[in-house]
Amino acid sequence: MMTSSEKKTIQKEFKEEMDYDELLNCMRCGFCLPSCPTYIETGHQEKHSPRGRIALMKGVADGLIEPDDDLAHSLDVCLGCRACEPVCPSGVQYGHLLEDARTILQRNKRQTVGVKMLRKGIFDELFPRQDRMEKVTGLIGFYQRSGLSKVARKVGFMNLFPESMATMEKVLPEVPKRSVMKQRPRFFEHEGEKKATVALFAGCLMDTMFFDTNNATIKLLRKAGCDVLIPENQLCCGALHGHNGELEKSKQLAKQNIEAFEAAEADYIITNAGGCSAFLIDYDHLLKDEPEWSERAKHFVGKLKDISRILVELDFQKTHRLQLPDQIITYQDSCHLRNVMKTFNEPRILLKAIEGVHFVELEGADTCCGSAGDYNIVQPEMAMQILDHKMEKVADTCAQIIVTANPGCLLEMKLGVERAHKSNEVRAMHIADVLVEALVNE
Amino acid sequence: MPLHSEKRLNKLKAQLIEIAGNENVDDTTSGRLVYSYDATPNFQALPEIVVAPRTAEEVAAILKLCGETSTPVYTRGSGTNLCADTCPLKGGIVLLMKHLNKILELDRENLTITVQPGTITKEISDLVEKDDLFYPPDPSSMKISTIGGNLAENSGGLRGLKYGVTKDYVMALQVALPNGELIRTGGKLTKDVAGYDLTHLFVGSEGTLGVITEATLKLIPKPESQKTILALYQDIEAAGRSVSAIIAHKMIPVTLEFLDQDTIKAVEDFAHIGLPTNVKAILLIVQDGPKEIVDRDIHKIAEICRGEQAVDVRLASSAEEAEELATARRSALSALARLKPTTILEDATVPRSEIAAMVRAIAEVAQKYQVRISTFGHAGDGNLHPTCLTDARDEDEMNRVEEAFAEIFEKAIELGGTLTGEHGVGVTKAPYLEWKLGKAGMEVMRGIKQAIDPNGIMNPGKVFADKAKQRMVTVK
Repeated sequence: MMTSSEKKTIQKEFKEEMDYDELLNCMRCGFCLPSCPTYIETGHQEKHSPRGRIALMKGVADGLIEPDDDLAHSLDVCLGCRACEPVCPSGVQYGHLLEDARTILQRNKRQTVGVKMLRKGIFDELFPRQDRMEKVTGLIGFYQRSGLSKVARKVGFMNLFPESMATMEKVLPEVPKRSVMKQRPRFFEHEGEKKATVALFAGCLMDTMFFDTNNATIKLLRKAGCDVLIPENQLCCGALHGHNGELEKSKQLAKQNIEAFEAAEADYIITNAGGCSAFLIDYDHLLKDEPEWSERAKHFVGKLKDISRILVELDFQKTHRLQLPDQIITYQDSCHLRNVMKTFNEPRILLKAIEGVHFVELEGADTCCGSAGDYNIVQPEMAMQILDHKMEKVADTCAQIIVTANPGCLLEMKLGVERAHKSNEVRAMHIADVLVEALVNE
Repeated sequence: MPLHSEKRLNKLKAQLIEIAGNENVDDTTSGRLVYSYDATPNFQALPEIVVAPRTAEEVAAILKLCGETSTPVYTRGSGTNLCADTCPLKGGIVLLMKHLNKILELDRENLTITVQPGTITKEISDLVEKDDLFYPPDPSSMKISTIGGNLAENSGGLRGLKYGVTKDYVMALQVALPNGELIRTGGKLTKDVAGYDLTHLFVGSEGTLGVITEATLKLIPKPESQKTILALYQDIEAAGRSVSAIIAHKMIPVTLEFLDQDTIKAVEDFAHIGLPTNVKAILLIVQDGPKEIVDRDIHKIAEICRGEQAVDVRLASSAEEAEELATARRSALSALARLKPTTILEDATVPRSEIAAMVRAIAEVAQKYQVRISTFGHAGDGNLHPTCLTDARDEDEMNRVEEAFAEIFEKAIELGGTLTGEHGVGVTKAPYLEWKLGKAGMEVMRGIKQAIDPNGIMNPGKVFADKAKQRMVTVK
């Protein structure tokens, strides 16, 4: 429960810090309502809609209501998928409002020592430190390779965790050995005609747990005619921090990343994780109040592209023959890739270019799968409800491969396949891995 | 001041829970705040309790209880209305219709559909079109709005010119009355003169008489084909003249929409569909029907537009492009909101022959009061949406905006028009209603209200103003 002094502080900070013009920009037309997964899933509860959440933020800023736990809950239940943004005719920057509001609430939260330590551990000590990410995911790799995972499953150790976490453990990809990760070079030369020099934003999770997908991404870029650099000193994008009300830490990470990529002097900065790219592209907004950084941030943002976009721009699918055995394939959008990066045609163009496969559009592909960063861990019930509805639509497509473009979505899809007991029939794959598998003469 | 003492409020809450179930009664602060507004700027008030009944019988029981306890009732669908009709100005309860959202029957023999009030308008429209049937009323918010809200407001839309508005498609209703009775009006009947036309009394009554709990709607065959053109103008009055000329040539297109340059720019900024932003006005014109007739009409309309100095007339090349244009037009109001913090929209409507005069009058009023007014709307049916782009925090400007709108209302009535074509009276136009109806007309309305809702619990504070506005200009 919030104490009355906490409520006062939060109210004051809402008044002082929330972007009031942006709050006013919402004219409450409700055009966002049908796009909001939590509004739909809760049977049209306005407090779980973007319009309702903005009204709550404005209500606190106006002094019309006091903040309370219900209000915090309403903001917590938001997936942050930002599907409300492209459909908003007024152009309200909902994602920014949400981040600011969560930052204020987080700052004023009384937490048990345990939670504080855990948050500090995750946000300060783990995600910003790539060496530690490698160690932790290395441990997962050891756990998988040693047979411990089988033992743990057998003795029911995982049953101690929430059901979603326990299933999640089953679907984690096989993590390569740390030594393998360490040995990867930082420069790769183009194949064929040279078209561009790109720097890969490797991502903290992508470059550990999804190391092979990063390798596939590098391979595709080379084939498309790119020299590929992997700048040293790059760090986690900061999205996880930003979405959890730790914006200051995001800013530090942003600055370090900007510096790391300036040194690379590439034509483009390429990502293969929709969630990261949507946060990276907001760096100029994140650093808008720091004059010495805002221009540099703009420059960084201007170079950013998703892997599927650059491949299409460089005619990869026209210059390379792609083929897979006869099967149906479908695509689940990464919300952030679609709603923020505005990249949604390109993955479909690439997948449709694969000979032998029949691309079936997934109904509701543009709505969130429930992964939403760490949402499936902090709001497991809502996440599972959304996921199960999603998997019903996937089943309607009869697809053998469901493709995604973001690690969170990928894990969520794997989880969904596992929950639907379809792991023998359906594969969930990152688009880069699908394309590499489809390359003919490899 | 809360309407009820805490003790009475707790009792009311317990009684509501008894009727609608614990999970459907909410008196938390955030639960109430999110139903304190609708899409009308500058109106906000918290209800004391929010309740979501599951059946018509529960609705009736709640109304009976509210009648006995003098509790104001504000019925709410999706809260998209534009005259503050869903804003609980005097506290009391907000009655959410979200559970009453079923489509009950599609009658292919009588060409009707029977629905509950919480059904989303577009769901109805999409469902019947699969059967080659057509439900024409299409308010811009149809993807969000509920049919109950459309009925209560008698909503119009982009297809009003040829097909009319919501009231033209209502055959029968079930209504919960403030005394707790449930009545049925009308039937699946083309002809029915048994008694007063109560169906059409409740349609457009803005929640001030009862709660519609079920409706039977008329469907028509789906038109075979459709074509869309855009006529571009460098002179906004020329666009207005084109509208009158098209009608005078006995052409009745489905849609005949007007957008001025501000609106075009704002919409293009949102939708990115390649609207020409360098022209002063656009007419978006749609015709439907058998292909030969559509081709002939579109050809003739294009000629009329060129004759009235349209600088260009373009044909949408595909059904998708036509749909994009209509969707973009539907976003106009909200898109304009990106230009200034507050967007105040009005709904003045004039006979179609007076469109050019009205467009001119709006421009003069904007000039006179130094306010920024963008205009778009359903020009073909004389229903314009002059929209004031302003900032609610600027008190001086807000006063000028109010005066400007008063003068626009005055002008509309002078031209034989009305205060509101499709958005409703609500709070915003209540002080002006007497200008349109006269004192005797208002008395008839009051008499009806008194007969059906003697305790005044239904949507209090709406339609009937506490104090009527004095006319600023005398009618010549």
